Amino acid sequence: MTFYRGMTCENVTIKGDGGTPMSAYAARPEGRGPFPGVVLIHHAPGWDELYIEFTRRFAHNGYFAVSHNLYERAPGNSPDDAAARVRAEGGISDAQMVGDTAGAVAWLRAQPQSNGKVGVIGSCSGGRHALVYASTRSDVDACADLWGGRVVMTREELNAKTPIPPIDMTNNLSCPLLGIFGNDDRAPSPEQVNAHEVALQQHSKVYEFYRYDGAGHGFFYWNRPIYRVEQTNDGWAKIFAFFGKHLA
Amino acid sequence: MCTSIVEIIRAEGMAQRGDDWFTLAQAVVTYDHARHAPLEDVITLDFVDAGSARAGVELTLESARALRAALDRAIAAAEFEEAEVRGKGAVKKAA
Repeated sequence: MTFYRGMTCENVTIKGDGGTPMSAYAARPEGRGPFPGVVLIHHAPGWDELYIEFTRRFAHNGYFAVSHNLYERAPGNSPDDAAARVRAEGGISDAQMVGDTAGAVAWLRAQPQSNGKVGVIGSCSGGRHALVYASTRSDVDACADLWGGRVVMTREELNAKTPIPPIDMTNNLSCPLLGIFGNDDRAPSPEQVNAHEVALQQHSKVYEFYRYDGAGHGFFYWNRPIYRVEQTNDGWAKIFAFFGKHLA
Repeated sequence: MCTSIVEIIRAEGMAQRGDDWFTLAQAVVTYDHARHAPLEDVITLDFVDAGSARAGVELTLESARALRAALDRAIAAAEFEEAEVRGKGAVKKAA
C-alpha cells in the first residue's frame, strides 16, 4: 500500500526582479499531475531550513511548491548571515520582492505538471510580502498571510523600500486571503489584525482570519520555544483547506 | 514580533569567527524574535565587515542591560586611564 507519496526536490534557478538569476528550492509530488502550485515567501530570518521543510510539506500534500531566496543579493556565508545583512539594511524593498516573486510564480506556471493555479504563502515578513504581492499583481489565485507584521504602518515607518502600508492596498487585493495570527503577538497586534479585517470588509474582499489564543509570533516554528502544537496543527489544517478550495 | 528596531554604528576593530579574524565595518543592534537562542524576543548584536563576514550574538533584554552597564563601567575606567591621571591624586567617578 502506497500511503505516503514520493516527491522530487531540487534546486532550481528562476529569473528574479530585472531578470536576476535567483536560487529556489522546488518540491513536487510523484506523478504527472496536474498539481496546484504554491510559492513560499520566506520569513525575516531568511531562506532557512524551516522554509525548505515547509516547501516539502506542500509537496507531500499534493502541491508543486517552490521557495525562492529573496536574500540572494546579500553577501553572506550562509542564509543566516545574509539575513543579518538584509536586516541591517532595513529589509528588502517591496518592489524587488514583487519582481522576484513574479519570477517564482511564472516558473511554476511554466512547469508541465502545473494545473494553472498558484497560491502564495509567507510568514512574518513573508506574510506581509505575500499580501503585498497579491495586492500588487493579479497572477495568483489565493494568498495566505501568517502573522505578517507591518501590514498597518505609521507614517514614520514608511520609506523608499516600503512606501505603502499594505492595508492601504486592500482595494487591489486580487484573490482570497487567509490570515493566521497569534493573539499574544505584538507585531501584528490583535488591534492591527482587527483593523486589517475591517479594511477587507469595507472593500468586500473574500477572506478567512483565524486568531489563536495562547500563541504569539511564529507559533508554527517547531524548533523555537514559541511553538504551540495544538494551534499549529489547526493552522496547517486551515491552510490546506483554504488552498484546497481555491487552487483545485 | 516583526519589528523594525535596528540601530547601526560604524565600528572600528576586529572580530573573530571560528579561527578567522576580520576587520569590522559596522555593529548592528536589533530587537526582534530570536533566530537561534531558545528565547522569544532578543537583542541581537551583529559585528560585520565590509564583505560577508559576521559574528552574531543573541541576548535576553536582561543580559543586554547587564552588558550595557558593564560597558559603561569599563569605558569609565578606560577614560580614567586614557586621561593619564591615575596616581596623580585624581578620584575616579562612579560609572
